[in-house]
Amino acid sequence: MKLALRELLRRPGRFAVATAILALIALLLMVLGGLLDGLVAGSTGALRAQRGQLIVYSSASQESLVRSRITPAVRQVIEKTVGVGRVAGLGSVQLGARIEGHGPRDLVPVVLFGYELAPRGLPDAVPAAGRVYADRSLQSEGVRQGSTVLLGPARTPVEVVGFLGDSRYSLQGTLWGSLQTWRSVLAANRPGERAGAGVDQALVVRIGAVDSSTQAHAIDRATNGATKTLTIPQAINALPGVAQQQTVFNQIIGITVLIAVVVVGLFFALITVERVGLYGVLKAVGASSGILFAGVLLQALVVTLIASAIGVAASLALDAAIPAGSIPFVATPARLLTSTAYLVFAALLGCAFSLRRVLRVDPAAAIGGEQ
Amino acid sequence: MTATATDLALQMEGVRKVYRVGDAEVVALDGVHLTVGADEIVALVGPSGSGKTTLCSIAGGLLTPTEGSVIVGGQDISQYSARQLTGFRRESVGFVFQTVNLVPFLTARENLLVVDELGPRTGRKARDRADQLLEELGLTGRSGNLPAQLSGGERQRVAIGRALMNEPDLVLFDEPTSALDTQLGDQVVKLIRHEMKSRGTAAIIVTHDDRITHYADRVARIVDGRVTDAGSRDA
Repeated sequence: MKLALRELLRRPGRFAVATAILALIALLLMVLGGLLDGLVAGSTGALRAQRGQLIVYSSASQESLVRSRITPAVRQVIEKTVGVGRVAGLGSVQLGARIEGHGPRDLVPVVLFGYELAPRGLPDAVPAAGRVYADRSLQSEGVRQGSTVLLGPARTPVEVVGFLGDSRYSLQGTLWGSLQTWRSVLAANRPGERAGAGVDQALVVRIGAVDSSTQAHAIDRATNGATKTLTIPQAINALPGVAQQQTVFNQIIGITVLIAVVVVGLFFALITVERVGLYGVLKAVGASSGILFAGVLLQALVVTLIASAIGVAASLALDAAIPAGSIPFVATPARLLTSTAYLVFAALLGCAFSLRRVLRVDPAAAIGGEQ
Repeated sequence: MTATATDLALQMEGVRKVYRVGDAEVVALDGVHLTVGADEIVALVGPSGSGKTTLCSIAGGLLTPTEGSVIVGGQDISQYSARQLTGFRRESVGFVFQTVNLVPFLTARENLLVVDELGPRTGRKARDRADQLLEELGLTGRSGNLPAQLSGGERQRVAIGRALMNEPDLVLFDEPTSALDTQLGDQVVKLIRHEMKSRGTAAIIVTHDDRITHYADRVARIVDGRVTDAGSRDA
């Protein structure tokens, strides 16, 4: 092992190319993962911020907030369902917003949510009509506390009274106000979609100790199939494009890991071929194949960790350099660690291709062959 | 004087080695009998392809014989497994190869210590022994140099030091002067004799070089895989 480390220290140039290539692969993995996380975070923040366990849509809505309508009668049935705790209305509308400091035609897409149960990061008290909290990403658009934002073609004014984080939806900044605010903005700007008194788009439900899926089924049974109830993770997966984004990115990440396996495998296979003579001598003086292969593994591990560290540093720098709201990229510790783990796995797997060659090195070759 | 079994560093009895090349069998050694005393230096000479290297490899546990017994330092290694042979080579024999073959990225001192690092480590004891060997070989001032920074003779001395690190029963030299000029070759042979005799360590020197035979206690000749003349041991 010491031998392997000394070679790394004294012949760093020998490993520089592999380290550089692996660092690029590490950066690629982390950027891909960061983009995926950024896209998912930007698409799902509003749902993840909910403090209930279930979301109830109307059954005809195909699990879409825009199409869903829950009548007061259905809501009453749900409130009386055994195991159901707090039931709170939720509504949303996507609009173009005119923000102070922007030109009159410079619209910023936003989603206005009306709520009863405060999402994570907001006080329990719902703001008064015409007042909203804004997602922090809108600060990059010039939204400040006290700003008045004009919503939709009717230019309905709402005043921003505070901010919350990680609540973006469909990659748009969000505004959070009362259901009354939502209804009035919806009626003014989307008259065809207006919601009647007491009508919500969906309900956020808090439940007791019962399993979420079981309770969801109980609610749908109680409403005689008028509703489709999902857990928060199910609702997130049902958002248009989220599952597809994850599938596509994970496939690209998988292929990148495969490339890392091939790069490490080829590099250490070449190094092993170069070392056949040296390995023969070391075996002749008493080195076992196990010790020699452990040295190869150790070198691959160190090279991979150095490459990963470079990738992590570059990803964090990228995360810091990207203006908020421009590119959906986040470098989370979990993603960086996972990417490093993938690379380490790829490196160790790649090295395994060298094992056979190490085992086949004949110590007799060191003393002039077998004749 | 006849050496008893306990005085012997090497005892080969009826050793035969057959290689299979395709469908054909090549007999590299055929009924070899050879003994080497505990402090004896034997020069092994013979034409190319005569089996010198194979004999040396079997004596050093690099190869196993097809038939016959090989006893080194009292251990019968004829039936050793690959793992046992690895341990045997680490602990009981030393090698000096024709092309020296030092580890290029290790200093002279580290090249000696590598023998200790490959097995159960003895730490300070090994470091002390390496320093002592380097001093005896006149390499104290060069202990921190890499092989590329050493002369041919110095590299050969480091290789000899490495072969002696594990206090072996037997050291096997494979053409130790073939890459050296006459003057340097002579110095190295004198050094080999001095080091072996001062430690009471046995050695087999595979060579084509007539100069070496003068420094050996005995010259064994091998032709077509048979030791035709095991020489006579000095009393």
